[in-house]
Amino acid sequence: MTDQWMDRLSEYLDGDLAPAERVALETHLAACPTCQATVAELRSVVTRAHALVDRPVANDLWGGIATRIGAAGTPVIDLNTRRVRRRFSLSLTQLAAAAVLFLAVGAGASAIAMRPTTEPVPTAVATSPALRVIPVGLPTKAEQSYDTAVRDLEQALDAGRSRLSPKTVAVLERNLARIDVAIEEARVALKADPANAYLNAHLANSMQQKLALLQQATTIANAAS
Amino acid sequence: MQTLALGVPALSRDRSEPRYAADAVEVTLAASGDAQAFERLYRRHVTRIHNLVRRMHGPDDSDEVTQDVFVRAWEKLGTFRGESAFSTWLHRLAVNVILTHREARGKRRNRFSDSEQLLTSAAARRTTPEAAMDLENALSKLPDGAREVFVLHDVEGYRHEEIADMLGLATGTSKSQLHHARMALRAWLD
Repeated sequence: MTDQWMDRLSEYLDGDLAPAERVALETHLAACPTCQATVAELRSVVTRAHALVDRPVANDLWGGIATRIGAAGTPVIDLNTRRVRRRFSLSLTQLAAAAVLFLAVGAGASAIAMRPTTEPVPTAVATSPALRVIPVGLPTKAEQSYDTAVRDLEQALDAGRSRLSPKTVAVLERNLARIDVAIEEARVALKADPANAYLNAHLANSMQQKLALLQQATTIANAAS
Repeated sequence: MQTLALGVPALSRDRSEPRYAADAVEVTLAASGDAQAFERLYRRHVTRIHNLVRRMHGPDDSDEVTQDVFVRAWEKLGTFRGESAFSTWLHRLAVNVILTHREARGKRRNRFSDSEQLLTSAAARRTTPEAAMDLENALSKLPDGAREVFVLHDVEGYRHEEIADMLGLATGTSKSQLHHARMALRAWLD
């Protein structure tokens, strides 16, 4: 190990040597069988490191995590930590953005769902009853915020309805009814197939459409006042 | 996939990959307090994180450390701004949790200064074919500092500058530790 280049061989392999140093080392390598052999062995180590395959996790660790984050009915995170967490209060814009995000993800998520995977599937998932997968595009709180936003817009629209033409009102109500049917159908279908990416995206898209339509109509009504 | 010199695979940081988009939805939901969304993130990433923990920290306590990583992620989700892929953010957070555990175990001190001599002597002792071992086992025999650098660089694809930043050492030390780790491993592997 007295060779002056021996300690630089990893840098050589990694392409970290300056050009002049690399040329000098390669000149040395051509005449030094020991360094040649060491380079080959180091390269083999690196190749094996690259080829390491992740082992499946033997135990399902979610139960312990759920308990510690308070998702299994045993909250352990102190209140101060909880207060630091983001309060859940979505604006209409955020809701619409979330819906768009769901929509954008739909195709990719479906592809993921249908793609054969080599990743291990947990055989014993100790999910508590409270943590079952639920068939909703938005979490309960988000859905409540969404419902509130829709209700507010509907009230605003009712207040300005008289300023819209009968024809506009008819078109509006027909489209809203159609969207409501789509939302309800998606919700029913998701109860049977909660992980269906298409249905989640469809539900989110329909909810977004309803918001957008209500907003648009309210804006028109206000402008007519 | 982006590659570094010698074909080292870089971490998957491509925002266009489907998983990034899928994670973004779950992260948004989980940050709002949706534990089901967080469980889906957990199931998507636990294998990679657990393997990182086992290789960097060692097999002992790897389940507990992995749980700590996800509990910490839950607590910190509100700080995730989406500037990188969630997997990258989680990976970095996992490294920090692993280092915190090591520090708590009192092993961090001098792990770099002590390891060089140990590695030099180890590298000089070529193992016999009968005693040769696979890479995972050989990794567990490395001193903590050298193992961390080797795993982060050669297994996980981090650059020396990133490793130096994470581990709080000079870039040259990271390079030196990596070389010594490789030299020791080459002597031990079958």
